[in-house]
Amino acid sequence: MNFPLMPDQASNFARPYDALFFVLTALTILFTVLVGALVLYFAVRYRKGNRVDRSGAVESHLGLEITWTAIPLLLGLVMFWWAAKLYVDTRQPPADAMEIFVIGKQWMWHAQHSNGVRENNELHVPVGVPVRLTMISQDVIHSFFVPQFRIKQDVLPGRYTQQWFVATKPGKFNLFCAEYCGTQHSEMGGYIYALPPQEFQKWLASGGDKKRPNQPTMADLGKALYDRLACANCHGSQDSERGPSLYGLYGSKRRMTDGSVVEATASYIREAIKNPYAKINEGYQNTMPEYRELTEEDLLNLIAYIRTLGTAKAPGPVLGNAGPAQIEGGIR
Amino acid sequence: MSTAAPVLHGESPKAPPSYLQAGHTIKSWLLTGDHKRIAVLYLIAVSVFFFFGSLAASMIRVELVSPRGVMLESDTYNKVFTAHGIIMIFFFLIPAIPAVLGNFLLPIMIGARDLAFPRLNLLSWYLYMAGGLCGVLAIAFGGVDTGWTFYTPYSSMYSNTNVTLTIIGAFIAGFSSIATGINFIVTVHKMRAPGMTWFRLPLMVWSSYATSLIIVLGTPVVAITLLLVVMERVFHIGVFSPELGGDPVLFQHLFWFYSHPAVYIMILPAMGVINEVITCFTRKRIFGYHFIAFSSLAIAGLGFLVWGHHMFVSSQSMYQGMVFSLLSYLVAVPSAIKVFNWTATIYKGSVRFQTPFLYVLGFMGLFVVGGLTGLFLAAMSTDVHLTDTYFVVAHFHYVMVGGTIMGFLAGLHFWWPKFFGRMYPDSWGKLSALLIFAGFNLTFLPQFVLGYLGMPRRYHYYYFAPEFQFWHIASTAGASILAVGFLIPAVYLLWSLKYGEPAGPNPWGAKGLEWTIPSPPPTTNFLETPVVREEPYAYDAEAEEREDQSKEPIRA
Repeated sequence: MNFPLMPDQASNFARPYDALFFVLTALTILFTVLVGALVLYFAVRYRKGNRVDRSGAVESHLGLEITWTAIPLLLGLVMFWWAAKLYVDTRQPPADAMEIFVIGKQWMWHAQHSNGVRENNELHVPVGVPVRLTMISQDVIHSFFVPQFRIKQDVLPGRYTQQWFVATKPGKFNLFCAEYCGTQHSEMGGYIYALPPQEFQKWLASGGDKKRPNQPTMADLGKALYDRLACANCHGSQDSERGPSLYGLYGSKRRMTDGSVVEATASYIREAIKNPYAKINEGYQNTMPEYRELTEEDLLNLIAYIRTLGTAKAPGPVLGNAGPAQIEGGIR
Repeated sequence: MSTAAPVLHGESPKAPPSYLQAGHTIKSWLLTGDHKRIAVLYLIAVSVFFFFGSLAASMIRVELVSPRGVMLESDTYNKVFTAHGIIMIFFFLIPAIPAVLGNFLLPIMIGARDLAFPRLNLLSWYLYMAGGLCGVLAIAFGGVDTGWTFYTPYSSMYSNTNVTLTIIGAFIAGFSSIATGINFIVTVHKMRAPGMTWFRLPLMVWSSYATSLIIVLGTPVVAITLLLVVMERVFHIGVFSPELGGDPVLFQHLFWFYSHPAVYIMILPAMGVINEVITCFTRKRIFGYHFIAFSSLAIAGLGFLVWGHHMFVSSQSMYQGMVFSLLSYLVAVPSAIKVFNWTATIYKGSVRFQTPFLYVLGFMGLFVVGGLTGLFLAAMSTDVHLTDTYFVVAHFHYVMVGGTIMGFLAGLHFWWPKFFGRMYPDSWGKLSALLIFAGFNLTFLPQFVLGYLGMPRRYHYYYFAPEFQFWHIASTAGASILAVGFLIPAVYLLWSLKYGEPAGPNPWGAKGLEWTIPSPPPTTNFLETPVVREEPYAYDAEAEEREDQSKEPIRA
């Protein structure tokens, strides 16, 4: 039986993370030893019956109080700032990150690549390439946790969250669900396979042997759905009386009937399909039916298709936890 | 503290019977308004809950020895860790010190005959028992599997276990807390004896007061939140479930708005106990009285503004997270102030290594480790990897379990002679303190490593990561030492009730009004209202040592 002390460092976040972790560990040990040694030294030296000078003990000392208030406070502020800076990095994916979509459900992980390749409880990623995961849950809250990458992000029902990383070494790494989700919570796991880029491209092209010939991409599947549901009847290439056009929608700012301005993120589009009355575009009526029966996979495909209709800007951080986009408060 | 002299001699024939002898019928206990009897009722109840909570903990530790479990199904395992959390938090840690030690001591420490509302006090015990009964029934009817945190939408829409009954139990128990909190606040304001000014209050009273403020302000929020979960679960009123138009993260905000301050509900009373015990066993005035008193209030205030540090990976906005992280670093400071002041209190004292003091040392050791490891979780970046892993499990056990239990046991061993008028064997007490400290560290230090390695909490199996096993086995070995450590006091304390040496009014030579009256005290505590003329903790280590060694000169 071996007794490891730290997890492998396998992503761009691991080394900066561990540097902070070790400094905090050193501070913890330092202060524990300091307090422990002082307490034991005083207790033993001033034990009853030991003849030592006890004169001149004071019951308060402003200088001491200020010292031991200020030192922990200053150290704390440094640690806060250091950690906050690292955290901000983990929340700002580069614009050119490769996108993968993840759906969590009791009790498995399902991943979809843009070219239509799908995998269950496994996720193949290239080494050295930024990867952005767009994640949603089909039921309860899950959490996407890869210890060797030092990443964790809750996966929520009804709202997209995202996580990005760069795998830095090839290998097979544990994927855990870190938010308790019911009976088989501990078995809702799988593996991340980090492959060298060429090998990854080969894998992606063949879908790990699972890809069917002429597998449609996510956008193809979205288009098929768009046609089958006859979305174009109201949302054609031009704004009509019944509904606004979806061309150039993605990433644009839309004014709602209540006067608020909403950015058309993936979360917004998802809500507009599932629950169109939550926010209504200015100048339109609430005439759209609710497409509640669509699965999360359907919705991701539809959004992928809508994105191909043009974006108002380069796809940057699209989702709630990226920061500014969160201000609207996510999907309700 | 000075008080009316005749009260000291409780053995005189005219002395009224002690509160234990004031009535022997079951009715005289179950309908009592005496805060001391209610404290004993609480002591019995929390001990029973602690026993069952520990039983659940033992099952968890046994199960985790093997990567594929030992004896339980996953469903059962989930119900066991849920039962462990709910019993220990709602029915042991929260009431243990305020409702047992606080109830018994608060009125006596301020020179009062009882709490301001004796019948409300009794009602709060019945509410606590009713809440506990709901919890027990929920377990008896098949258990509940949500974890003590009741996260939505799992609890409101998906779990098919006894969530509603359990929540009703926690809801009722919440009213018990609120009733006690109000009672303490009013008592401290209105019932202090003449001369007992605010800055003559023993610090245990200050921390009980701060705790009561948190209870009264925080508990209603969690009560309503849990009720909303029931509304959604039973009547499908959409609040938290996205399927019904709700927001699952809203639950976490509301839940932690109470449940983070709840950590301070558990630890502040323990800190209060430490002040009383450490001064007595070092024969020193407390160092920095005002700083300790106001740090309690600072913790109570700031404690309400840090709940979001539980949610750095929840999708909460980055900027919101930063504010919570910064405030979490601020709330660490008053705790550090307390620890440094206690350390300075020992300096130049006359230290007696008796059982209660050993528990104080244990408290300081565990609390320092628990507090410092909290800094990893208040830091946004480090929290991402560590949250929802065994690192968090280890951290909160050090702070709220290690801290609270060490404080509770320090207080119980300190005031046991006052409660029951009997001494327990000090050597067994010391052994138990050492075993609990050693067992606790062996149980939970490995869990820090496990968490850093990535072992998620609430996992039944880990066969996919067998490298965790060594640390689980070490932890379980520690837990067995811990179990022995807890059994020993249970035996010798019960033994002492009948066979212990009579304690007399003040076996430790302690200051404080409670040591001026007989042990056990009469029902009315004081025969005459005491008049307070001194500061608290009027100890003088130097003088006591001089007296002890009056024949020989003190070496410089």
